Amino acid sequence: MATNNVLLRGRGITRRWGGLVAVDRVSIELERGSVHAVIGTNGAGKSTLVNILSGELAASAGQVELLGKDVTAWPQPRRARAGLGRSYQRSTIYPSFSVFENCRLAAQARTQKPWHWWQDAQRCSISTAAAQVATHRAGLADLLDRPAGLLSHGEKRQLEIAMCLATEPQVLLLDEPLAGMGAEETERMLALLADLRSGHAILLVEHDMDAVFRIADRITVMVNGAVIASDTPEAVRANPEVQAAYLGGHDGEP
Amino acid sequence: MTLATFLIQCLNALQYGLLLFLVASGLTLIFGIMGVINLAHGSFYMIGAYMAYALAPFVGATFGGGFFATLAVGLLLAVLFGYLLEWAFFSFLYEREHLQQVLMTYGLILVFEELRSLTVGDDVHGVAPPPLLAGTLPLGELMTYPVYRLFISGVCLALALGMYFVFTRTRLGMMIRAGSTNREMVQSLGIDIKFLYRVVFAAGVAIAVLAGMVAAPVSSVYPGMGSTVLIICFVVVVIGGIGSIRGALLASLLIGIVDTFGKVFLPQAAGVLVYVLMALILLWKPDGLFKAG
Amino acid sequence: MDKPKLLFVALAFGVLALWPLVAGNYGIDLVTKIMIYAVFALSLELLVGGTGLVCFGQAAFFGVGAYATVLLSPTDAAASVLWLLPACVLLAALYALAVGALSVRTRGVYFIMVTLAFAQMAYYVVHDTPLGGGTDGIYLNARPLLGSWLDLGKPLPLYCFTLACLAGVFGGLALLLRSRLGRALAGIRVNEQRMRATGFSTYPYKLAAFTVSGAIAGLAGFLFAVKDGLVNPELMSWHLSGAVLIMIILGGLGHLRGALIGAFAFALLQELFKSEAIFGAFAKHWLLGLGLTIIASVALLPRGLVGVPAQLRERLLGKRGTLRGTARAGDGHE
Repeated sequence: MATNNVLLRGRGITRRWGGLVAVDRVSIELERGSVHAVIGTNGAGKSTLVNILSGELAASAGQVELLGKDVTAWPQPRRARAGLGRSYQRSTIYPSFSVFENCRLAAQARTQKPWHWWQDAQRCSISTAAAQVATHRAGLADLLDRPAGLLSHGEKRQLEIAMCLATEPQVLLLDEPLAGMGAEETERMLALLADLRSGHAILLVEHDMDAVFRIADRITVMVNGAVIASDTPEAVRANPEVQAAYLGGHDGEP
Repeated sequence: MTLATFLIQCLNALQYGLLLFLVASGLTLIFGIMGVINLAHGSFYMIGAYMAYALAPFVGATFGGGFFATLAVGLLLAVLFGYLLEWAFFSFLYEREHLQQVLMTYGLILVFEELRSLTVGDDVHGVAPPPLLAGTLPLGELMTYPVYRLFISGVCLALALGMYFVFTRTRLGMMIRAGSTNREMVQSLGIDIKFLYRVVFAAGVAIAVLAGMVAAPVSSVYPGMGSTVLIICFVVVVIGGIGSIRGALLASLLIGIVDTFGKVFLPQAAGVLVYVLMALILLWKPDGLFKAG
Repeated sequence: MDKPKLLFVALAFGVLALWPLVAGNYGIDLVTKIMIYAVFALSLELLVGGTGLVCFGQAAFFGVGAYATVLLSPTDAAASVLWLLPACVLLAALYALAVGALSVRTRGVYFIMVTLAFAQMAYYVVHDTPLGGGTDGIYLNARPLLGSWLDLGKPLPLYCFTLACLAGVFGGLALLLRSRLGRALAGIRVNEQRMRATGFSTYPYKLAAFTVSGAIAGLAGFLFAVKDGLVNPELMSWHLSGAVLIMIILGGLGHLRGALIGAFAFALLQELFKSEAIFGAFAKHWLLGLGLTIIASVALLPRGLVGVPAQLRERLLGKRGTLRGTARAGDGHE
């Protein structure tokens, strides 16, 4: 593994809430061109870990490295500008804006120029072009004028990803993108993720085991804040500890 | 400044601080439990003070009672008033945005002020403390301290401890705390949340009214007193940290000290000093002294 | 801005421009006052409707602008608008910058309380200390001049100057709100978390909005001081902060023309409730009528007066009459 292929690295990340240890010395690496899934039961610390990697939450101990730089002290917006994108478990969109404007505003983060207060934002070629690309890639080309609040649940999840893509990040932290999706929508999303794989390092927190084992190149299993296994899907499936703690002790069938 | 005068000012600061804490507690109670920011809370304080003035002759004539009887009647009226007000007005505010709550309760302030003006007028009044408490206690060889001010501190302290006890040690307190974090859950447990909120609101009103009644002999009764106390309560919450009772107590006492000693040493700047204190604390701790808890 | 709204705004400014031709001195004076309120309301609209920051202390910046006008003007001669106006606006902006730096880190109810408290601080400075001249206030002896020919001490030049300021502020804000800066502020209002996740540092944006808003309020304060010739601590009273907040809610939040409509509606309501001809002895207690109106308008007109046509349409046609399946790229702040 060439080190310059590791786009995001978490080292010994720990988070304590008073006496409770929510994340216990977790180390994780995200490589370009791979999907790294993080699975675990509710309360295992997955969301906390993602919040620490994204910069919304400070770690009690440990470091976060983004593209080779130590970003542990960086706030979230700074990490986002450096190439870290994030989608949320609950769709965090702008409901009153159109789908297109959602993505355009996201893309504007790259070209903010707030001092040009007289220029029409819609004429900003950079953000509008990026929004076009992102919406098309996420399959929202027919819905550009729809107010985002009126989208179906699956479409909102697509928009969530599109907004992530609009900032042209190198690392994607995706928190349960498949939550609440039907079979067809799941297929579409998985196809999109497979398409995004090359060129990005993707962290995927998910509960849908079928999807995880299909798409992930690497799986990290968390229980009670600690990592109990981090390996290829086959190895994780066969791991007796994982089977006992999470997969229900069966013969590896999720 | 001699030791005796210093002690007097300390006791004054304590009394003012505890009174503030009481009023601020009512405000924080209603906001913390029901999520309603009530600008009219200061008006309840004002109503209490005017009740102490206006009810006294009526209570004296009808029941032959004095100060304490007036207090009791006023408290009863306050609870009734709070109960009705919640039912008629505040219950509609729970689901609304803060901005709407701010504006509607601001409109309520104007209504209360004008109703007071229409019924009792705009004059400033004094209220005499009850003969029982009108005396003074010796302090050192030369100075004395009014018993009534000690009474105020005592009442506020007792009420604060009482509230603490109710919240942490009784079933009612438990239900209230549960209702503030998870309304639906409490309802599904069969507890009538509407009634609970009504009770809490009436209690908040009663606390503010009582504070006004008790403070009247010391602060006198004047039209702007509601606004004044409301804004200082806001400063208490800002300094103390939103949702923190500990913070509110510490902030109230700090404000008491700054205001009391400020009036002694820098009478011209006295009004501003409290806000300077607030600015300094915000510089140091943007969210106030304590987080919620 | 789409056609009907553009038409409305053009019409409104046209009427304002022609008003002096038909109105007497009282009418000119009244509308000058209303236009000053409108500039004040626009400043708050930027903060509340544009950025989602509910400020309950806007009167402080208005007051700073007003007091600066009087304190900076020489006692014997008329000052020139060319330096006096920018100076007053700058001072108001500086106070806004200082208050904003401390307040903007907070949010929600806390922010409302902090802004109110800082405005009260300014109030006490002018009320208690010799700087402000106490409760009586200070007089402006000579109104400023623009060049040597426009004497703002006369009602008609002042009217025209105020109208120009109003048009300038309105136009400027219209441009600003559709610019990248304005869209970023709208994003902060709608979903600040997403803004941060995308890479916007939201603190500088909010502080910028707060400062610009304070500057515009300072401009309104300048105009007020020039018009009235007298400043007193009531200009920083929290009741004035409340009044300007009511204006933009009454008019309709999220729309620049709402600030205009709200300022007019509020001023007219004030005149109505204060009118002894209609209310007789009750005119003294006009705040009662105002308070009830505030409660009623918040309860019954959630979108303000601007939203009344749409509300009527919904009532008459049912919801399908208004639900359009498309939204313009902008969230429609116009």
